[in-house]
Amino acid sequence: MNARTGENKNLRTTLLLSGLVVGMFGFGFALVPLYDLFCEVTGTQSLSQRKIDAADRQVVKQVDQNRWVTVKFDTTVNPNLPWDLQATTRSMRVHPGKTYEVNFVARNRSGDAATGQAIPSVAPWQATPYFSKLECFCFNKQTLAGNQQTDMPLRFMVSPELPADIQSLTLSYSFMRLKASKRDSDLSKLLPQIAMPSAAESALPNR
Amino acid sequence: MTTTTLNHDEAHHHDMPTGWRRWLFSTNHKDIGTLYLLFALTMLFLGGASAMLIRLELFQPGIQLLDPDLYNNLVTNHALIMIFGAVMPAAAGLANWMIPMMIGAPDMALPRMNNLSFWILPAAATMLILSFVVPFFPGGGTQINTGWTLYPPLSVQVGMSMDFLIFAIHLLGISSVLASINIIVTLLNMRAPGMTLMTMPMFCWTWLVTAFLLILVVPVLAGGVTMLLFDRHFGTSFFDAAGGGDPVLFQHLFWFFGHPEVYILLLPSIGVLSHVIPAFSRKPLFGYKSMVGAMLTVATIGMVVWAHHQYTVGMSLGAVTYFMIGTILISIPVGLMIFNFIATMWRGAMTFETPMLFAVAIILMFTFGGLSGVMLAVVPADMQYHDSMFVVAHFHYVLMPGAVFGLFAGVFYWLPKWTGHMYDETLGKIFFWTNVIGFNITFFPQHFLGLAGMPRRIVDYNMMFTEFNVISSVGAIIFGLSHLLLLYIVIKTIRGGKKAESRAWEGAKGLEWELDSPPAFHTWTVAPQIK
Repeated sequence: MNARTGENKNLRTTLLLSGLVVGMFGFGFALVPLYDLFCEVTGTQSLSQRKIDAADRQVVKQVDQNRWVTVKFDTTVNPNLPWDLQATTRSMRVHPGKTYEVNFVARNRSGDAATGQAIPSVAPWQATPYFSKLECFCFNKQTLAGNQQTDMPLRFMVSPELPADIQSLTLSYSFMRLKASKRDSDLSKLLPQIAMPSAAESALPNR
Repeated sequence: MTTTTLNHDEAHHHDMPTGWRRWLFSTNHKDIGTLYLLFALTMLFLGGASAMLIRLELFQPGIQLLDPDLYNNLVTNHALIMIFGAVMPAAAGLANWMIPMMIGAPDMALPRMNNLSFWILPAAATMLILSFVVPFFPGGGTQINTGWTLYPPLSVQVGMSMDFLIFAIHLLGISSVLASINIIVTLLNMRAPGMTLMTMPMFCWTWLVTAFLLILVVPVLAGGVTMLLFDRHFGTSFFDAAGGGDPVLFQHLFWFFGHPEVYILLLPSIGVLSHVIPAFSRKPLFGYKSMVGAMLTVATIGMVVWAHHQYTVGMSLGAVTYFMIGTILISIPVGLMIFNFIATMWRGAMTFETPMLFAVAIILMFTFGGLSGVMLAVVPADMQYHDSMFVVAHFHYVLMPGAVFGLFAGVFYWLPKWTGHMYDETLGKIFFWTNVIGFNITFFPQHFLGLAGMPRRIVDYNMMFTEFNVISSVGAIIFGLSHLLLLYIVIKTIRGGKKAESRAWEGAKGLEWELDSPPAFHTWTVAPQIK
């Protein structure tokens, strides 16, 4: 092997490997949309989206008068939104299969109008498919004028099919600001999914 | 393996630069290897000092010495310095020193890039240390209390020290990617005539696989921390749920790098073992081809099981089942490597010099760490062990024997070749025993702490955990101080000692042992002919 062909060979291998490095750096960024796509298709990451059909079936079930389930309410507001949010009651004892209503009070601490979106989650996550929101302020964007205070209702029902070992569950809301930026269009793309239970449930007769 | 030409290269000594120019402008693989090893040794003591502070704080329950943020800053700092500052550069140092000598090449394929990939490291280390120090100055922001995993949203909220850390990770990544490219090009193109891929020394194979792993995963980490930087300063929302991002995405990006990283740390040491065990058993390595196959299998499966670090984030049952089965599968090829080492020793004429003692300790203790790894891989069990001291015990049992003891074995094995002097065998054995006993006293009790429910990365703990923590901290003092003996042995060997023959160990095989000890500044300027 003479020196010249050796140099060329080294250069070629180096360029190939550098291409691999650049490709893997790009792959890292390609994972952002791929990850969203993968979760959307398989539902593997998003626990709240699974078993929605179970929530559909529950409406025909009878109210279970012998069983009590404690539902606790928890609220968080993202630091980017100057709002206070509180449930009027911290916890309720409910019968599975019966519809209840609870009010949340939101107050805009700032003088400027702002739009927010509440993201619900249920803990333990195993209870998620058995907790159905018949009417919820989280189905829509909420806009509060400066210093405005408003009541936001939630009507919900716990399915009688809730596994027997779950006696207590927590519904948690995080309010996030909706900004007019590019990523927000991504969020609004997500919203139909977040609101999907509402689409399914709005068709229910007892709404 | 025989060579037809032995070269001595006296004629080349005149172009050896002197003084600081020799080191700063060096394109010589031996000098750069030395620089890498000295850098790693420095970082070992820095990372060790932060570990000593952690164990000092955990000596008693309550908060005595460190406030919680500083404690977590030290935990972060310890991990990053040890992984990126000590273990990876030490392995790269061994590669620089040994690969050209082992394959009969005059130097690395890209000597100037070699210089660059080392001299990025001191800059990166400075950034890393600044990320620790900056919060102590007025206006320096909050401390990095995230742990080395840097999970958002916490890492988005940390002050400017996080920016120093992100750039340090970029620099460290560039350095190791450049070194990897260099090593792959050298191994593919510069082997002596007659040496095929399937006859090259096993250390070269382990580094070939390691370098490919580095090239595949380090850029993804670089992408992940770049997104973090953008989220912090440029209003993007890759990981911010309020803007439609997902913090769990960062965990996937991080562990896509983080899990193969475990094999990046492990494999070079497996390479060292593949030389040390045959040399001191006076038998060739058992199952060369199966070693190569096992290594490639580990690397391949290791790339696609990253989410076993995230069982508790709420993945679907199907996903966690896949990651569990994949992870447990890895124990099969790793077990194959261990059996190959045992079969190499079987009925060999064994002697137990310091490198061999470390090798035997690795086989015992790394297997132990591997077994606790199988426990952690099981999803229902991991729900309990997750983020407990059991995890800390597990990965120290894997990384200390698996990576660091392997590097110690390599240093003791090749030190006579590098310096031309035999190290003091008695001191070497004292170092081995204090080190291994100290290590086990430190980390074994942490298994019990974790199983009893002590969480990791928390500055304080329940009274009921006191006894085991006291034992662990006492062990840590023995373990930590033993490294001063290592420093003494290395300095003593560099300065003098019994003259080492070119074949310093009776059973040592390979091209590097046909060169003088210490080797000439330029070696194999005429490639040896392998028959």
